[in-house]
Amino acid sequence: MEITSHWRIKKQRYSLVGEECPHCSAKIFPPRDICPECGDEAKDHYQFSGRGEVYSYTTLYNAPAGYEEQAPYTVAMVQLEEGPLVTAQLTDIDVKEPEVGMPVEMVTRKLGSEGDRGILIYGYKFRPVLETA
Amino acid sequence: MTEERDQKIMQPKNPVGFVGYGAYIPRYRLPATEVARIWKGGAAGTPIDEKAVAGLDEDVITMSIEAARNALARAQINPADIRAVWVGSESHPYSVKPTSTVVAEAIGDTPHTLAADWEFACKAGTEAIQAAIGFTGSGMARYALAIGMDTAQGRPGDPLEYTAGAGGAAYILGPADESLAVVEGSYSYTTDTPDFWRRADEKYPSHGERFTGEPAYFHHITSSAQELMEALGTKPVDYTFVVFHQPNTKFPQRVAKTLGFTHEQLEAGLLVPRIGNVYAGSALVGLTAVLDASKPGDRILLVSYGSGAGSDAMSLHVTERILESHELAPRTEDYINRRTEIDYATYARFRGKLSQ
Ligand SMILES: [Zn+2]
Repeated sequence: MEITSHWRIKKQRYSLVGEECPHCSAKIFPPRDICPECGDEAKDHYQFSGRGEVYSYTTLYNAPAGYEEQAPYTVAMVQLEEGPLVTAQLTDIDVKEPEVGMPVEMVTRKLGSEGDRGILIYGYKFRPVLETA
Repeated sequence: MTEERDQKIMQPKNPVGFVGYGAYIPRYRLPATEVARIWKGGAAGTPIDEKAVAGLDEDVITMSIEAARNALARAQINPADIRAVWVGSESHPYSVKPTSTVVAEAIGDTPHTLAADWEFACKAGTEAIQAAIGFTGSGMARYALAIGMDTAQGRPGDPLEYTAGAGGAAYILGPADESLAVVEGSYSYTTDTPDFWRRADEKYPSHGERFTGEPAYFHHITSSAQELMEALGTKPVDYTFVVFHQPNTKFPQRVAKTLGFTHEQLEAGLLVPRIGNVYAGSALVGLTAVLDASKPGDRILLVSYGSGAGSDAMSLHVTERILESHELAPRTEDYINRRTEIDYATYARFRGKLSQ
């Protein structure tokens, strides 16, 4: 991706900012300005809580260019508690650990880099919910 | 004489304090015995038990974002009301391009804010706090975010490799009447002392061996702690807790004893045996553990140290707001307990010590 493309979507990718439909209240991610539920215009920003659960997952041993550094890693479809399904890497997890239905929370991590001299790419991943005493 | 004393310590026109705090420590741990196994045939004594190590997708930017989110959760303010994001570190991911702009963007603080990275070895974080006290205390800003965070590097086989860890903390400075701990006064002691350095194009730091102790760490910390307490008219016995920069277990224990503090005052914030020396985050993450354990009315003395060299001292007074803030974000102990042990080979991969 070009630097400008990374730059344009930074808000949604750093912190899971999507949209809320002013007509039917559907929560939308990724933002697309049109509500997938009712088809009306939806441009109000919505900050997702970041909480959800693993809907499905797969582990990649051969990562695409720019992502080799972190291989092997697990990519999951995460069902956010507000509804939308999001595809993202799981992190702070060992490759054999994930399971469907596991509660997860969003964290912002390094996704990769555009070579040694290029920009660093940051974005959301999901990890098992931090256990608190 | 009194007037001269008063000018040495710093107190803002409008009283300010910490309205939020948050820690971050990564999940991986490298036992010091692993370093000894590789470099000393397992026959060496170790300065700590183990150190925290950042994962492959973590750096000072990602760790600062999580600590800042925890501080925001405790402060319960709108992130857009923050007027400065200042990150102190020795391991900013870019040489040119601020860590702080990414952090400001990720927490929803852009665009109406200052953002800059701070450098002063291990006291870059407390230096940012000193500036944030002035920035909020002058009335220029209601809130300012100051962070100390590091993924410290030690040259393979160097004594620093046992202790150089990863972690840190974020603090939101704001009006005293919203604070969970009010700043009673602060002080900074600085000299040109070459005890530890890293030249611009070098990957690993160098140090002046035995020069790092007496004229550097001990002299600067005792001077700044004593000057601040003298100016405020406080004594060690007036403090519930004390937190020092902690490059290893022995140094803070010895400086505490020299200054007249007890083991009990030091213990709650002494995290180095379990997470290592997290450089710019060291005293600051220790302070989060102390705040986790604090009650209204407690007094805390924070004393950082940065090579090169300098020490910041701050006297804090804990308020009623501390109680409600505890549960609003993970405690430091939650992060310490989230522990996955790794061996030296995994550590070498995580920290980019393998080259082909
Ligand atoms: Zn709709």
